Amino acid sequence: MEPLVKLRGIVKRFPGVVANDRVDFKLRRGEVHALLGENGAGKTTLMNILYGLYQPNEGEIYVKGRKVRLRSPRDAIDLGIGMVHQNFRLIEPHTVLENIILGLREPGIRIDFERHAERIRLLAEKYGWRIDPWMRVWQLSAGEKQQVELLKILYRGADILILDEPTSVLTPHETRMLFKALRRMAGEGKGVIFITHKLGEVMEISDRVTVMRRGRVVVTKSTKETSPEELAYYMVGRSATLDFGGVEFAPGEVVAEVIDLEALSDKGVPALRKVSLAVRSGEILGIAGVSGNGQVELAEVIVGLRKATGGKVIISGIDATNKSTREIIELGVAYIPPESVRWGIIPEMRVVDNLFLKAYRYPPYSSKLILNWGRMFEKAEELVKEYEIVTPSVHAKARSLSGGNLQRLVLARELSGLIGEGIPKLIVAAYPTKGLDVRATNFVHKTLLRYRRLGAGILFISEDLDEIMMLSDRIAVMFEGRITGLLERGKADKEKLGLLMSETAPS
Amino acid sequence: MIEWLESALHLTVQMGTVYLLASLGEIYAERSGILNLGLEGMMIMGAALSFIFTLAYGHLAAIIASIAAGVLMSLILAVMAIRMRLNQVVTGLALTMLGLGLSGFLASPEIRRGILLTLNPNIPEKLLGIQQAPTLPEYPIPILSEIPLVGEAFFHHNPLVYASYAAAPLMWYILFKTRLGLSLRSVGEDPAAADSLGVNVFLVRYLATMISGGFAGLAGAYLFLGFQPFWNEGMTAGKGFIALSLVILSTWNPLRAILGAYLFGGIETLQFRLQLMGWKAQSPYFLAMLPYLVAIITLTLISLENVRKRIGVPASLGVPYSREE
Repeated sequence: MEPLVKLRGIVKRFPGVVANDRVDFKLRRGEVHALLGENGAGKTTLMNILYGLYQPNEGEIYVKGRKVRLRSPRDAIDLGIGMVHQNFRLIEPHTVLENIILGLREPGIRIDFERHAERIRLLAEKYGWRIDPWMRVWQLSAGEKQQVELLKILYRGADILILDEPTSVLTPHETRMLFKALRRMAGEGKGVIFITHKLGEVMEISDRVTVMRRGRVVVTKSTKETSPEELAYYMVGRSATLDFGGVEFAPGEVVAEVIDLEALSDKGVPALRKVSLAVRSGEILGIAGVSGNGQVELAEVIVGLRKATGGKVIISGIDATNKSTREIIELGVAYIPPESVRWGIIPEMRVVDNLFLKAYRYPPYSSKLILNWGRMFEKAEELVKEYEIVTPSVHAKARSLSGGNLQRLVLARELSGLIGEGIPKLIVAAYPTKGLDVRATNFVHKTLLRYRRLGAGILFISEDLDEIMMLSDRIAVMFEGRITGLLERGKADKEKLGLLMSETAPS
Repeated sequence: MIEWLESALHLTVQMGTVYLLASLGEIYAERSGILNLGLEGMMIMGAALSFIFTLAYGHLAAIIASIAAGVLMSLILAVMAIRMRLNQVVTGLALTMLGLGLSGFLASPEIRRGILLTLNPNIPEKLLGIQQAPTLPEYPIPILSEIPLVGEAFFHHNPLVYASYAAAPLMWYILFKTRLGLSLRSVGEDPAAADSLGVNVFLVRYLATMISGGFAGLAGAYLFLGFQPFWNEGMTAGKGFIALSLVILSTWNPLRAILGAYLFGGIETLQFRLQLMGWKAQSPYFLAMLPYLVAIITLTLISLENVRKRIGVPASLGVPYSREE
């Protein structure tokens, strides 16, 4: 039978990188086809090409047997291709209805809202979803938003569905609902491409799997004939087991404590509701949860970037509530911000400048007025070696570094005790491995464990349960601004954490 | 007393129409994500060209020329803001400066004389030197204009005022009930989302910006022809900036813009009347400053994150869009 989609020899170059290197890919009717690979393996780029967002430099695209050129999403939509992006592309202040019918090509100028609303309701019911078309999108949960994204595609009659990491914002329960709906769609003869880096999901939902690594397709296999271990091997090109041996848990005194902490989100609604936690020296306290449940706000309040509206932050026994960031830095707090590429560095400044964004005002790097550049260059060279930062020189602009190297730069600045040459008392690390490749992720893990051994207290925020369970001595789970549970190492399993992370938790 | 009130209301609607026309267009630009701060410059160009073209060819040509001038200027803004992705505040203000300077230049006696002779070699000599032009004639609407108060206030005007009555609801309908309107609003909220559904973000933004330019030119033409037909340099006197604040006050809704426009028109009328009645309290400088003060306050307000959320500023207002990023 004719495949729905056939990609042949796709090449896509971006300045300095080949994101897709002679990629071949086939999607059959009625299958869920997982596209597996690490971040940066080229999965999303490939799918953006199939959706007309990027133009390939070389290669051919066949849809339903016909050779096509996709100049824009419009061309792709007209061929029955639909894509749900990783970050929802929904217009929050508009209604569900308006979001779904946007861009539909129909005769007439006026929109018949009632007729569309009825048809959308029927379509949603078919997949077991209860969605009110007149609701505004900002009123919906993440799972419902995703249903709207899918409805957008289905309403256009698409039979080629691309989902980019669709489960990253979902609770386990919502994920199960999604999988059920996807099965149903495949049963109707549609083809589903499921982009992911999670092996468990591949095994659970897909019929076939294609693994990508560094812009190339490594293998395409039937899911039944493979195993998670084999897929992991294809994904990273070597055995992926990590060694974290030799770290026993010997916590010291409390280095930081928050008591009944409350704060508002950017939108002005409560993001933290009476959060109480304590981090001890020599321990990693993991914060698990679906992102957007107050984790970032918690980190920001502790490091002084966000005002607490209630409660207390105590660092080394000193009340640091709503103190300035500088005072908090001087108490020995290091901060690895989420998306450090955006919030952690100044891209237009040099590597050396970025390394000393904090320490430049303290001796020995400056006297009262004058910066001691000689000392800074010397130290910067050392740090580049110690943290294995790949850069042409310390004079290079930070923007020329890759994501993994930027994260090493941030780690070097925050952790290596430039202020007073000590080690940080408290390290607040928010999603420190998000978007990094395996090597860089390993490096971050090892570095955090090293500082744990050295006696720092570490608040470690992550969405990745495997990572959290591997590194943390204790795991706190956040949901809607509250701590819904606090589990000791070894007592936490995914099932328990999953329950605590979602509204299905018994409370 | 009735007579006083009637003429005050009449003047209110006259003044308000300038604001209404200008803000209707601006609502479209801002709903699509483009902040057209060149409004003032486009209005004054409209006023200057309507002055010159009325003398040369008459009213209809003048109105067309003013609209064309606004559209052309907004096209410059569109290329800079949409294609070159420059800062919209800076480009908009630059266009305001350009309009203020260029209009003064074109309408200055010597240059104007040259332009008039080029446009119409048979123009009577006495028109070459005068500083004014005939106003648009008023056409009272039969029966309706007989209603006390309301008749004089709303149905005793020139055609451009009547056109503005029709334009506001029509533009509301297009914005909220049609495909084009939905595309336009979506592009201003989240261009990436609109793009991924095949809406041509760039085309929609160009279109909306040009609509705002056209309306600004028309507002300038109305200001001059309908209302104060004596040319003097910088005669818009900050009215463009008031219209900008009005857009925010109306929360980007063409129907609410009607209320706001007449409110601002009414305040201005009241000030005139009070001065005439001997209230010397306000110095003219204070009045001249007001529009800019209002503009500063409103611009500050819409740049505050939580205010933006609360009053529903188009989320991508002032943010350029590009696809491969």
